[in-house]
Parts: sequence; C-alpha cells; structure tokens
Amino acid sequence: MNGHTHNTDDRRELQMARSMCWHCQSEMAGEYFCDRCVKVQPVSKDLDYFTCFGLPRRLVIDTQVLEAKFYELSRAFHPDFYQNKSDAEQSISLGNSAMLNTAYRTLRDPIQRAEYLLDLEAGAVKDIRTSPPADLFEEILELQETLDEFRESNRASEQASTLRAKLDADRTNLEERQRDMEARLQQLFSRWDTLQDRGEATEQARTERNHILKDMRDILSNRTYVKNIVNDLVATIS
Amino acid sequence: MARIVGIDLGTTNSLVAYMDNGTPRVISARHERAMVPSVVALTDNGLIVGDPAKEHLTRNPERTVYSVKRFMGKSLADVQGELAYFPYTLTEKGGVIRIQLGEKSYSPPQISAMILKELKLRAEAFLGESITKAVITVPAYFNDSQRQATKDAGMIAGLEVLRIINEPTAASLAYGLQEKTQGTIAVYDLGGGTFDISILKLKNGIFEVLATNGDTHLGGDDFDQLVADLLLKEIRAQHGLDLSTHPDHMQAVRLQAERAKIRLSEELKTTVTLDLPDGQGRFTRELTRDQLEGLCNALVERSLGPCRLALKDSGLNPTDIDEVVLVGGSTRMPLVRQRVQALFGKEPHCELNPDEVVALGAAVQADILSGGTTDMLLLDVTPLSLGIETMGGVMSSLIRRNTTIPASAKEMFTTYVDGQTGVDIHILQGERELAKDNRSLARFRLKVPPLPAGVPRIEVTFLIDANGILNVMAKDMRTGETQSIEVKPSYGLSDQEVERMIEDSFKFAADDVSARKVIEARLDAGALMTTTEKSLADGGHLVAAEEVATIRTALSALASAKEGTDPRAIRGRMADLEQAAKGLTVAMLDDSLKQGLQGKKISDVT
Ligand SMILES: Nc1ncnc2c1ncn2[C@@H]1O[C@H](COP(=O)(O)OP(=O)(O)OP(=O)(O)O)[C@@H](O)[C@H]1O
Ligand SMILES: [Mg+2]
Repeated sequence: MNGHTHNTDDRRELQMARSMCWHCQSEMAGEYFCDRCVKVQPVSKDLDYFTCFGLPRRLVIDTQVLEAKFYELSRAFHPDFYQNKSDAEQSISLGNSAMLNTAYRTLRDPIQRAEYLLDLEAGAVKDIRTSPPADLFEEILELQETLDEFRESNRASEQASTLRAKLDADRTNLEERQRDMEARLQQLFSRWDTLQDRGEATEQARTERNHILKDMRDILSNRTYVKNIVNDLVATIS
Repeated sequence: MARIVGIDLGTTNSLVAYMDNGTPRVISARHERAMVPSVVALTDNGLIVGDPAKEHLTRNPERTVYSVKRFMGKSLADVQGELAYFPYTLTEKGGVIRIQLGEKSYSPPQISAMILKELKLRAEAFLGESITKAVITVPAYFNDSQRQATKDAGMIAGLEVLRIINEPTAASLAYGLQEKTQGTIAVYDLGGGTFDISILKLKNGIFEVLATNGDTHLGGDDFDQLVADLLLKEIRAQHGLDLSTHPDHMQAVRLQAERAKIRLSEELKTTVTLDLPDGQGRFTRELTRDQLEGLCNALVERSLGPCRLALKDSGLNPTDIDEVVLVGGSTRMPLVRQRVQALFGKEPHCELNPDEVVALGAAVQADILSGGTTDMLLLDVTPLSLGIETMGGVMSSLIRRNTTIPASAKEMFTTYVDGQTGVDIHILQGERELAKDNRSLARFRLKVPPLPAGVPRIEVTFLIDANGILNVMAKDMRTGETQSIEVKPSYGLSDQEVERMIEDSFKFAADDVSARKVIEARLDAGALMTTTEKSLADGGHLVAAEEVATIRTALSALASAKEGTDPRAIRGRMADLEQAAKGLTVAMLDDSLKQGLQGKKISDVT
C-alpha cells in the first residue's frame, strides 16, 4: 500500500472541471465560485496548498495571514452553509472543506510546510531514514547499547544509576544536536525565501536552489530520526 | 425551511431547545421542568418516559431503563464489568446490546428514540407545528459507533438528524453567543455518565476546536455508585442484609446516594435514611462532604489526565487559557470546581445554567444550519485517530486525533496474488499501536478485478464528515469507476435493521395509541355502567318496565363490547346506553327537583 498517487486521467478530468463551471458550463474566471451562477466549484487537486491560500511558495510565512485566509475559506466552503443546497453542492462543500483543512494543517506547521514544499519542488516524498546519519553513527550505536543494558538492569542497582547518568548526558547531547538542526533549518528556510524573492533564472541560482533542497531534505530526515531516538530514550528513563 | 430543534440527549437528563428570534430557549411542557429524565419504563399501560417513568425505578426496577446512553454503540463485552449494577436484563444480538422489557427486547437506539420522541412531542405541542429535523449532541469523545447509534436513534424517533455535534462545543456556542468572548477557552463538561474537555479558540465568530479529550465512562453515576457501595457494605455489616437480591432496594440506595451527593454540594453534612426490606427497620447514617470527597477524589483526579492531554495536543499551557467554562450537573460539586480551578489557575465560569447550556448550543447550531445565524461557524475536530489494520495486526493511522473535520485521507490498495478478487479492510479507531487494542469500527471487502498481482490500483477515500462520522468511497484508478462500499459496522445496527426499527416504531406507536384508546374507552365504559346501575337502583320505579328492559339490554351490550379491543365499538355501545337511559335520567332529575321543592315546603311548615 502506498499513499497519495495522482493519476494522469484524473488530472485531466479535474483540470477540465476547473476551466468550466460544473453547473452552468460557463467559462470560469473566479477562483472558487462561478461568476455567472455563483455555484461553488470543486477545488482542483492540482492546486497546491500555497496557491490555495493565495500565498507565495515561501518557508517563512505570516501565520496570522494564513489563519485569516483559512477562516475566510472555511466560511466559503463549510457544509454548515450548504444545508439547503443541492446534493452536488453539498458534496463539493464537503470535499473542499476536507481539502482546506488538510492544507491548513500542513502549512501551519513549519516542518510539515517544508516537507510539503520539498515534495512540490523536488517531487520527492519524505525519505524515511532507517540507519543513523553518518556524523552520529558511532554515538547512536553506543546509545542503543546503553539503552539495552539499562532496560535489562535492575533499576535499584548501582549499575543502573551509572547507566542512567550516561543516558542523561546522551540526552543533553542529542537535544543540543536537535537545536542545532533547527537553527540550520531556519537558515535554509530564509535562504530559500531570499532566492525565490530574487527570482533569478541563472545557472548559479539553479545550483543554489538544488543545494538548499538537498540540505533541507537531509536535515529533515535526520531530524525525524533523532527525534524518534530521543523519544525512545525519554520513554525508557522516565 | 422547516424548523430545526436542538436536543441534548443526556445520560440522566434530556432537553430540547429552539431559537426564538436570535435567542436560544429550552422548551418545557406546561407546569413541568424542561429537563426530561432519560428514563423509560414499561408499565401496564405501555411505555412511559421521563418523570413518571422515574417513579418506577424503585417500584418496577426490572422494567425501568435508565442511563441507556452508556450502552449506545457498545457490545455486551464492553460493559461486562458493570452489568451487575443494572436491574434490567441485557442481552446481545449481532454485536448490539438488547434490553429486555417484558416480552420484547430493544436496542439502545430504540430506547433513546423513545426519549427523543417525548422531546419531539413537547416541542410540537409548544411550537404548534410538526418537528422532523434536529441537531443532537453527543459527548465529544464518542467514537464513530456511538455517534452512528445516536443518529439511528433520531431516525427511529422520526427525526432527520441534520447534525451530530459535540456537547462541549455546543456549550461554547451558547456561551460565545452570550459573552461575545474572543480568546482561548476550555470547556470542562462532567455530566451523569460522561466527561469531556475541549479547548477552543474563539475569534471573529469562528469557534475553532484545538483539541478535545475525555472519558465516555466517567460521570455523576460513578460518584453515586461509590456512595451506594459504601451504604450497601454498611447495611451488610450492621444488619447482615444483602440488598443485591432486592432490585427495588438497590435502586432506592442508588437514588438516596445521589440525593445525598447533591445535598452535599450545598451542605457540609447530611443524613441518609433507608427503609430495609420486609419491615426490618431502617438504616440511618450521617455523611459529610469530606467523606464524599474522599470517595470521589480519585475519579475527579481521573478527569484531569484528559485535560492535560488536551492542553498538550493543542500546544498550550494552562496559563494560555483565558477562560474556563463549566458544563454538566456534576460540575456543581465543590471538589470538581476546586480541582479545575487549581489546574487552570483561574476561577471557572458558571453563569450559564450547566443543565441547559448544551441544549441551547444545539439550538444555535440548528439555527446556523437553517441559515438564520450566519456570523458563527464551528470548526470541530475528530476526537480519536482513525486507521486501518495492516500486516502483523498493527494499526496504521490515516487521520490523526484532533484533526479538523471534515477530514479525508486516501490510501491506494493493490493485490498480492494473481487473480485476487478482493482485499479485506478493517477500519479502526483509537490511539494504541496494535489493532486489537483499538476500537473496531467496521470491516469491508474491496472488490478488485482479477488481474496479475500488483496491477489493480484501488484508491479508497476515508472521509470523516462534519458529524464526526466516517464515510468510505473507493475508486478503481485504472477505469475511473467508483465503487459503493457496504460497510458492516462492528458494533452497530445495519441500515436494514434501522429501517425495520423505524417501521416497528410506527407500528408500536400505533399499537401504543390504540392500546391507550382501548384502556381509556374501557375506563369510561366502566364508569358509565356503574352510574347507570345506580340510577336503575335508585330510580327504576320512575320509568316504565319496558324502558328498564331496554336499558338492561344496552348495559349488557356495552359489557360485552368492553371485553373486546375495539375502542370504537365500546364508544358506540356507550352512546347507545346513554340514549336508552335518557328517559330515566330526565325522570330522576324531575323527581329530585320535586323532592327538593317538597323538602322546602316541609321545612317551611315546621
Ligand atoms: N448539585 C449537584 N451536585 C452534585 N452533582 C449534581 C448536582 N446536580 C446534579 N448533579 C449530578 O449531575 C448529573 C447530571 O448532570 P447532567 O444533567 O449534566 O448529565 P447528562 O447531560 O444527563 O449526562 P451526560 O452529559 O454525561 O450524558 C447527575 O449525576 C447528578 O447527580
Ligand atoms: Mg450532558
């Protein structure tokens, strides 16, 4: 089983649905409502979340603006306001609301936002790391051993308290590492945004862009890996 | 558009409310309170609901159902631990609990439907119009099966349930409408059977739920049970009596325990008195608030866990909460108020009547749906994660808890064997790792065209609608064809069963009505026969012998009609008898007038 895969037929069908009002068949100029018959239109699955909210593809965004737009679109789409409408409109309202809620949830969180942007820009789905990142390899292998020993030890013993002290130190260390990664991500986010703002189409800009995306992907997957390790550690010692 | 009412279908009390020109109001029957106890009793005169049914709790415990909400969407195994506490008999059929009442057994939605019908009738009598649409509230932490069961109850009662909304969020609507608050609020709702906590952000008319948590099995009923257990233990110790073999006394103990608990919200000590069975005297005991709090402390403490989780899920600290709103009768307990105040570090609000605020909020939501209120919008969340069982019996989450609804997730399915024609899908709800530790919602078989392994691609969409209820759709990505899916609920009524219960309910209603008509006609006939016999005895000599004979014939005709079950025949023979006895009545009236005059004359003379 795998997640969200788009089918090309599906896309064509939806693009058609977008260019023409499903109800009165008139040409569509407006975003979500037909200019002529005022009927709500299904949001195309090809519309990316940034465009949906009228935002540029940036990684640092004004969450107040995002929230205001979310509320505005919720008022436009929510099923509560379609109770007296036709079945077709009710079902569009339901689909649009569900999509809007997903979009908002994704963009609201900086990490999910970055992962989503990576997916859009580099077409790569989140790559899930199963082995430790290179610069942490030794450290994490050792940590795993200590964790195993601790789990098997008698909690009241001398040995357990030595191990616990060691684990506490490891935890501090890893948390430091996490803060470091967050800071580097923030830097990458602003580098991305600046590059986009410049809007250059040079070879150099393209190289820079690919560089940022690659670094971002690495940090994001390391980040998830380290986060899981820390969670496991905290659960074991507390 | 026809009027939509708002209904709070509570564990202990239910209410109906409507929107009166922008102000929500609860509806009460003439001279009665608005709260209808959620109690249904089977009496010799048929099924009765509410306050009159509550009187049967001690008189007729085996045939009086209370707290039925605890069984909604549950299987017998789910409630095994507490069966001993209920005097009525519970069985199971096809994964759904059945409650035995006399000859018949009823599912929890059918019993709930009787309560809903009573509310519907009250609303119809009050508003003078027929009511067919409603918004019904459920505890926020209700799962899909429990929500579906509530919707079924509405349908069985002849109500189109336009929306199921969560009780704490309904309360926030009523609260927000009145207070025009902006900011972050926590709604703590402790009722008779369930506990909910919801954290909401209120901004420019949008009520956005950030997180919700709760315990669908924690409420005032549990406090009562603890007090009752204490009393029963003491009665056993002091009088050597085991009341568990006396269902009527068990109920009396439970009711006295509840009353004592309620008194202790105002007073520091109270006296509990109970009559013992078979004239074995009385049991009396003083109970202090301290003792009650000692008993209930652990349960109140248990409600704080979900509060902390909800805070965590919404990414907030207790100090981020601007206001705390208390809902539900059990929040009148001083201990509850203290604990809530301590957790959030601020004094909770309780300006709105905690008994009515949920029904009022349901009426506000009803008004939003009918297009009356347009500036308010509730954005609620799903309380539990939704997922499917994957290889190795692990649950794979598709929609996380506290996701804003409507919410959807898509999953692509294929086959592992050449020519495979179906894929079995098991839908789950809950937060645990393993499928078996979560709630099984439904199973269904996805139909797949026979093709080489891995070639079919079926996209399944799981959509949680604004009621928090799951809908499943499938689409064959190769052909673009959509497939309708028959989902067999694990703990619920199938569509056909609901259909049948709707029909039954009409039939029962007809049965009930005609039964009542027969009973009333018989009573009236009996009364008429008695007065006519008396008239014959007193005044038979005043009329001709033939006339007496005609009256006697009419009397025996009525007597035999009264044995039958046709109320119209009884009424017909009653009319005949009245006609036949007309002469006698007139003669007796004349006679008494004459005697009256004579009497006067006599007195005048003396
Ligand atoms: N003054 C009081 N002190 C303590 N408890 C009280 C008081 N008044 C009512 N209760 C309790 O409140 C409970 C009923 O509350 P409420 O009517 O809000 O519940 P409900 O809506 O029927 O239940 P739920 O919301 O759980 O389905 C009962 O257990 C009752 O004993
Ligand atoms: Mg309630």
